[in-house]
Amino acid sequence: MNASYGIKSWLLTKDHKRIGLLYLATITLFFFLGGAFATLIRIELLTPQGDLVSSETYNKLFTMHGVVMIFFFLIPSIPATLGNFFLPMMIGARDLAFPKLNLLSWYLLVIGGLFALFAMLAGGVDTGWTFYTPYSTSYSNTWVIATAIGIFVAGFSSILTGLNFIITVHTMRAPGMTWFRMPLFVWAHYATSLIQVLGTPVLAVTIVLVFCERYFHIGIFDPALGGDPVLFQHLFWFYSHPAVYIMILPAMGVISELVSTFARKPVFGYGFVAFSSLAIAVLGFLVWGHHLFVSTQSVYAGLIFSFLSYFVAIPSAIKVFNWTATLYKGSISYATPMLYAFGFIGLFTIGGLTGLFVASLGIDVHVTDTYFVIAHFHYIMVGGAIMAYLGGMHYWWPKMTGRMYPEGWAKLSALVIFLGFNLTFFPQFILGYLGMPRRYHVYPPEFQVLHVLSTAGASVLAVGYVIPMVYFVWSLRYGAIAPANPWGASGLEWKTASPPPKHNFEETPIVTHGAYDYSHVIGEEVEVG
Amino acid sequence: MANHAQAETLALREQFDTAEQQKDASTLGMWIFLITEVMFFGGMFLAYTVYRSKYPVTFAVASTSLNVYIGAFNTVVLLCSSFTMVLAVRAAQLGKRRAIVLFLILTLILGFMFLGIKAFEWNEKFQEHHIPGMANFHLEGVPIEQQGQAQLFFSLYFAMTGLHALHMVIGAGIVSCLAWWAHKGKYTAEYMTPVDVGGLYWHFVDIIWIFLFPLLYLIDRHLGKWVS
Amino acid sequence: MAPQVDHLLYYLLAVATFFTLLIFVAIFYFAIRYRRRSEKELPHAVHTGMALEIVWSVIPFGLTMIMFTWGADLYFRGSRPPDNALQIYVVGKQWMWKLQHMEGRREINELHVPLGRPVKLTMTSEDVIHSFFVPDFRMKQDVVPGRYSTLWFQPTKAGKYHLFCAEYCGTNHSRMIGWIYVMEPQDYQTWVSGGSGGGSLADAGGKLFESLACANCHHPDGSGRCPTLVGLFGRNVLLSTGHVVKADEAYIRESILQPNAKVVAGYQPIMPTFQGLVTEEGVVQLIEYVRSLNPKPVGAEGSGQMPALTPGVVPGSQRPRVGTAGPAPKER
Repeated sequence: MNASYGIKSWLLTKDHKRIGLLYLATITLFFFLGGAFATLIRIELLTPQGDLVSSETYNKLFTMHGVVMIFFFLIPSIPATLGNFFLPMMIGARDLAFPKLNLLSWYLLVIGGLFALFAMLAGGVDTGWTFYTPYSTSYSNTWVIATAIGIFVAGFSSILTGLNFIITVHTMRAPGMTWFRMPLFVWAHYATSLIQVLGTPVLAVTIVLVFCERYFHIGIFDPALGGDPVLFQHLFWFYSHPAVYIMILPAMGVISELVSTFARKPVFGYGFVAFSSLAIAVLGFLVWGHHLFVSTQSVYAGLIFSFLSYFVAIPSAIKVFNWTATLYKGSISYATPMLYAFGFIGLFTIGGLTGLFVASLGIDVHVTDTYFVIAHFHYIMVGGAIMAYLGGMHYWWPKMTGRMYPEGWAKLSALVIFLGFNLTFFPQFILGYLGMPRRYHVYPPEFQVLHVLSTAGASVLAVGYVIPMVYFVWSLRYGAIAPANPWGASGLEWKTASPPPKHNFEETPIVTHGAYDYSHVIGEEVEVG
Repeated sequence: MANHAQAETLALREQFDTAEQQKDASTLGMWIFLITEVMFFGGMFLAYTVYRSKYPVTFAVASTSLNVYIGAFNTVVLLCSSFTMVLAVRAAQLGKRRAIVLFLILTLILGFMFLGIKAFEWNEKFQEHHIPGMANFHLEGVPIEQQGQAQLFFSLYFAMTGLHALHMVIGAGIVSCLAWWAHKGKYTAEYMTPVDVGGLYWHFVDIIWIFLFPLLYLIDRHLGKWVS
Repeated sequence: MAPQVDHLLYYLLAVATFFTLLIFVAIFYFAIRYRRRSEKELPHAVHTGMALEIVWSVIPFGLTMIMFTWGADLYFRGSRPPDNALQIYVVGKQWMWKLQHMEGRREINELHVPLGRPVKLTMTSEDVIHSFFVPDFRMKQDVVPGRYSTLWFQPTKAGKYHLFCAEYCGTNHSRMIGWIYVMEPQDYQTWVSGGSGGGSLADAGGKLFESLACANCHHPDGSGRCPTLVGLFGRNVLLSTGHVVKADEAYIRESILQPNAKVVAGYQPIMPTFQGLVTEEGVVQLIEYVRSLNPKPVGAEGSGQMPALTPGVVPGSQRPRVGTAGPAPKER
């Protein structure tokens, strides 16, 4: 970390750890930008009338909230920060396979972000993050193409990161590090990378087609010229459904590490958890049509997609059961990362179970395009992925920075986030089933009470997110100095200094045991429970 | 670190422990990248499949308006360029510096020939008013309300061949760099991974064309029927 | 069908609540029971077994299969309107709903329907994708430009129900809302016969049929250059490619806008397109006019199977029974 100083040493670095930190700064900025949009949305929704902003502005707000949060925060988040920093270390490597490509990935995210930022400042885009045709191609007169280019470029950032991880895991494991000795975090990122590499190009070509349609009016999505607007939905969701697994699988990888360390036990059913990551990656490509149940897609196709959607739920359930079982007869610490892990398991369970609702054809006809779906995916993305991300940040903060964060404040903000989150999003399940559609600027007055609850929750949640920003920054100067292994964790990254030296390890480690062997870390075995 | 040859040691990057590891990583890396390219082109192939099955007659008429002789000739040109690329890789395996450069340059020449012929074809389309999106678009033999469908064919034609041409231009850049470094003596029998991996990319671009040619040029064509 | 959707919801809620409580309680219990008591504690590893993993995969899978089949059943039933459904046409456009009753009454953002009878909506959009959503009926269907989509329901309680657009469609998406009014059957009859007296959809369609000169080719006795349209609606049609299609609303719409997409066997592709010359509402009127050309199924007059529209090309085609109302199809 302190190998060399100066802006240039950072902007031209090839060190995966520095690149991880560059990503950290970038995505944090995007998170707060997306959060600002969300704040305005929730304030507007306090009242049934559109009194804060105009409809055009509101439509841009929810569009840009989605675009920023998904493409510029969630998709890079864990892989590009924690993955970049720790994947090589966890397998005993000095760096990723292609460090220069890694740096290029970061620049691509920044450039894509600049395009998107330009679109926002120049007037915004109002198509919804899903930019369905023909609205986005023939009717919207906002900055669709600029935003689309931003997403296109950011997509290549994602593809290159995925490619880098796959090659690294295949070719750069330290001697003795067999596949089944790798930490589950690595398995999760490997599965994620498969999705990134196979799915994102389809989004890229979809964007190219939207660009051609909007700019050249070629007719591919325009019914008047023989085109098919629903074809866009198939192409879009073919990527965007696997994309949600890009967002959750790394989070699951983090949780495996947290649960194991803070119960001081190997993850129950290691093999099953590892293979469930791969199963989710594969099955995730087969279910995109469940976003099209009411789109005029054939009912028989709907049948198949619904069936397969239940299939893909099972590996996630397997993980939840295995994590819970890891706690049995463990030695459980309540350090902040573990609190986030508990929060994740609870909220992901709820979010995942509501996925079963929307997978059911009869129910989905009613709740699709309502707040029910919004609540479902926020439970998974915010209650799940973001909590895992924060848990991972707290867990690995000492390793990355050499400093401890203040435990008391951290526990408090974890609690605030948990409470604020539930108050924000649980009412939305009810709103949705009652019929409140999504993307509505104004709404019938009978929905107001639930919206007020939701906004109240959002303000609590916002506070919860700001507090860690403050104390993390504070800790860089004033935090307690962190030892190499403050948590008694296993894993190769804890065997080196905090923060690690430039080449990670003084000597290439030789691995002789599996990932979660605490006997090498703690001392004698003791009967527990 | 035990290494076998000077060349490989010099080329070994610091994140790798052995030359073999580096070679494995590079090769696997290129294969994965090519798979992403398959998915990328795949989206276009899907759109093509959907619309061709919806409008088979219009697509057939539009396809016959393409010059199959030029297309076939171009296909042969590209196949030959893949052959010269193979010869370049073989020369690299044998460490024959001048042969590498020669075959890479031949590959480049054939590649530019392909691109030049493509440009000629596109210009022909412009002359015949077959450019989609332009106000004067008109395909003969197709009624007015199906001109939109005909435009779809040509949109896919230009999008797919355009994407392909873009990849060829990038490929030409790669081959040029390889030729330059080969000339400088960078590649030997022990270290020729970049030539190998560049060859993979070139062959891939060739294979994409092998699919594009029949799908775009050969709809409803029969050997017995001399249609121009 | 709304209560049936809610029953499935209750099942889902029961399963979800059960598993949520299971996980929450387990975590809570384990976290307290097995909390760390000293820093040097090192628990024994506990090993999983294939049996346990299978059990907790298969049981949840079985529960989800119930969700799947139940939901699929509801979905299928929702996609098949009964034959005796009241037909209503819907055209969505930014940012309003235009609804037309067969008898001619038109509504904007409101739909009056009678109690106790199934209602089938045939919908299309003039511009972007919209979605017709009635939360109280638990029904929703996207409304897509360039094609027809359908939705049906049978109201069981009189009253006033929200109608929302549920697919983002631009600036005033959230204002593209209205009401469904379910009335007692007698009140509905009174209501539907009122209105500005513009005649039924079929009447309007008939006028359009004349003014667009369709009658010049489509003679009722089939003696023109084009097939007769009498008795066409709902029948199977043999095409020049050998395929057989059903002459439903979508077929007639396509025949008007893209006449050469499907050519009837034995005829030349000479029909010009009317794209740009007729609006979606005009198309709907023409469809209703064609439907009205079907002989009414009354008493002893021609009912039952009508022959396919195959003027002698397919050998052994049936002839209509003697005494059938309406002209015989053209024979060669």
